[in-house]
Amino acid sequence: MFKQLPNDAAEKVEVILNQQTVLVPLGTTVAAMALAQGLRATRTTPVSGAKRAPFCMMGVCYDCLMIIDGQANQRACATYVRQGMQVETQQGVGPLLGDVL
Amino acid sequence: MKNHYQLLIIGGGPAGLAAAVTAANQGVSCALLDEQPAPGGQIYRSIESVPEQRAQTLGAEYRRGKELAAAFRECNVDYFSETRVWSLNREREVGVLHKDKSKIITADQILVASGAIERPVPFPGWTLPGVMQAGAGQILFKSAGVIPDDGVVLAGSGPLLLLLAWQYMQVGVEIKAMLDVTPLSNNLLAMPKLPKALLAHHYLTKGLVYQRDLKRAGVVTKIAVSDLRAEGEDNLHAVCYRHLGREHRIETDLLMTHFGVIPHIWLTQAAGCKHQWDKSQQCWRPQHDKWGNTSIEGILVAGDGAGINGAKSAEHAGRLVALQALFALGVLSQEERNKQSANERKCMQSERHIRPFLEAYFAIPQTILATPDKDTIVCRCEEITAGQIREAVANSHADSNQVKYLSRCGMGACQGRQCANAVAHIVADAGGQPVSAKSHFRGRPPVAPLTLQQLASLEEQR
Ligand code: FES
Repeated sequence: MFKQLPNDAAEKVEVILNQQTVLVPLGTTVAAMALAQGLRATRTTPVSGAKRAPFCMMGVCYDCLMIIDGQANQRACATYVRQGMQVETQQGVGPLLGDVL
Repeated sequence: MKNHYQLLIIGGGPAGLAAAVTAANQGVSCALLDEQPAPGGQIYRSIESVPEQRAQTLGAEYRRGKELAAAFRECNVDYFSETRVWSLNREREVGVLHKDKSKIITADQILVASGAIERPVPFPGWTLPGVMQAGAGQILFKSAGVIPDDGVVLAGSGPLLLLLAWQYMQVGVEIKAMLDVTPLSNNLLAMPKLPKALLAHHYLTKGLVYQRDLKRAGVVTKIAVSDLRAEGEDNLHAVCYRHLGREHRIETDLLMTHFGVIPHIWLTQAAGCKHQWDKSQQCWRPQHDKWGNTSIEGILVAGDGAGINGAKSAEHAGRLVALQALFALGVLSQEERNKQSANERKCMQSERHIRPFLEAYFAIPQTILATPDKDTIVCRCEEITAGQIREAVANSHADSNQVKYLSRCGMGACQGRQCANAVAHIVADAGGQPVSAKSHFRGRPPVAPLTLQQLASLEEQR
């Protein structure tokens, strides 16, 4: 679906996406990384379990919620990759129900 | 971060950056808060770090952001990036989340330069993975060099769609089709506004060049398309539409749509600023005078968050409104404010010559805005359909907020950002009352997500 154009100047970091280690240029958002890695859906909805993926990429639709470093409900499009970051697809409300106001 | 600033600017896009540069070195304490890690907003996203070749592809208008960001870096304001503003009230208290800690700060003058979001327009299948907004495609490209691998269908209406198609073409992305939903009748409505638009003919010329280049490259463009539909089970498989009375289907795993942009008003709304429905722009915007003052003293607006006028106009407006703030702070006399802002106002107005034409030409028809298909999900978060909203209206809840309480529509994580417009149009369509200032959901803080732990960190401050 997507590919990432090479950027030799950018420093790369290792991110663990759903248990797989991937090499990502710094400055990439988690959502961009997930899409470039071929992930179609990044979460399922709490209401019907439907699959969803990033929609707006600017922090306003909340469809890109993922589990990042153990924290559920993080907007993947508003979070940038870091060395050693752990990213997981989120099912429904995720493991930390009620943590987000 | 100090507890109090004389001038606080919220948003690091063209309006906010230009305002900061104007206010800096004037002897006032000034801070700029922004959610992004670097200046530029969405329009100039990643402008400081973008590889040169990509910047070239994105065009001269994007590269303009480089100068603006550089001037901002030079200037003397407290800059807090990756900082989320989660509340604002009429006492000018601002709830801020910075480095995982909450803080309430105050300011004498607050400039909200919150920019625009894409107008969310529900259509069958728009929640499927593989369906995205065109702006999302552009952000992926600007910020990460992430582009479609296997072709894309572009659909909707408005200049951004054309620009994105052209930018994609430069990097060899296959455009399977351009499906323009703009009705032909818009041509007639837009014609009387053309003479004024010709004053800003460089915008028109550019549009024509893009169209010509796409045509030469063999991109199929269908105009006056209707009944757009995304099909698929777990993912997008195909896009269906009607054209010249016939049904068509294109297989694709990626569809990007665009239906124009609207001001991001969640903060000014939560603060209680008066808003109005702008019929021509088909959106709500905060009421403001010609100096950017909203209905609340000391809260000002500039840029697309105040009404859609584009990035160049936002820059002039940012400077102009900053001068007003300096006047209100007693730093500039009225005469100095008027003198220094005269040219900004002139430039701002000439940038806006094109708008009435664009607004009429790219007006989205009511039949699209009011989501006719009853099974289409309108509230993406709570998964409420257009049919459920119409039912609520039929049960004499002909008011957006009543519909919200009854159906949970607009109560999810996005707090109605994605459905408020569509709900207002459906309620208007089903209830027979035109959309007005009152049709918007009432906004309450926090307007951005905040964990209880982050909120509790407020206590530590005391
Ligand atoms: S993709 Fe919309 S909030 Fe992240």
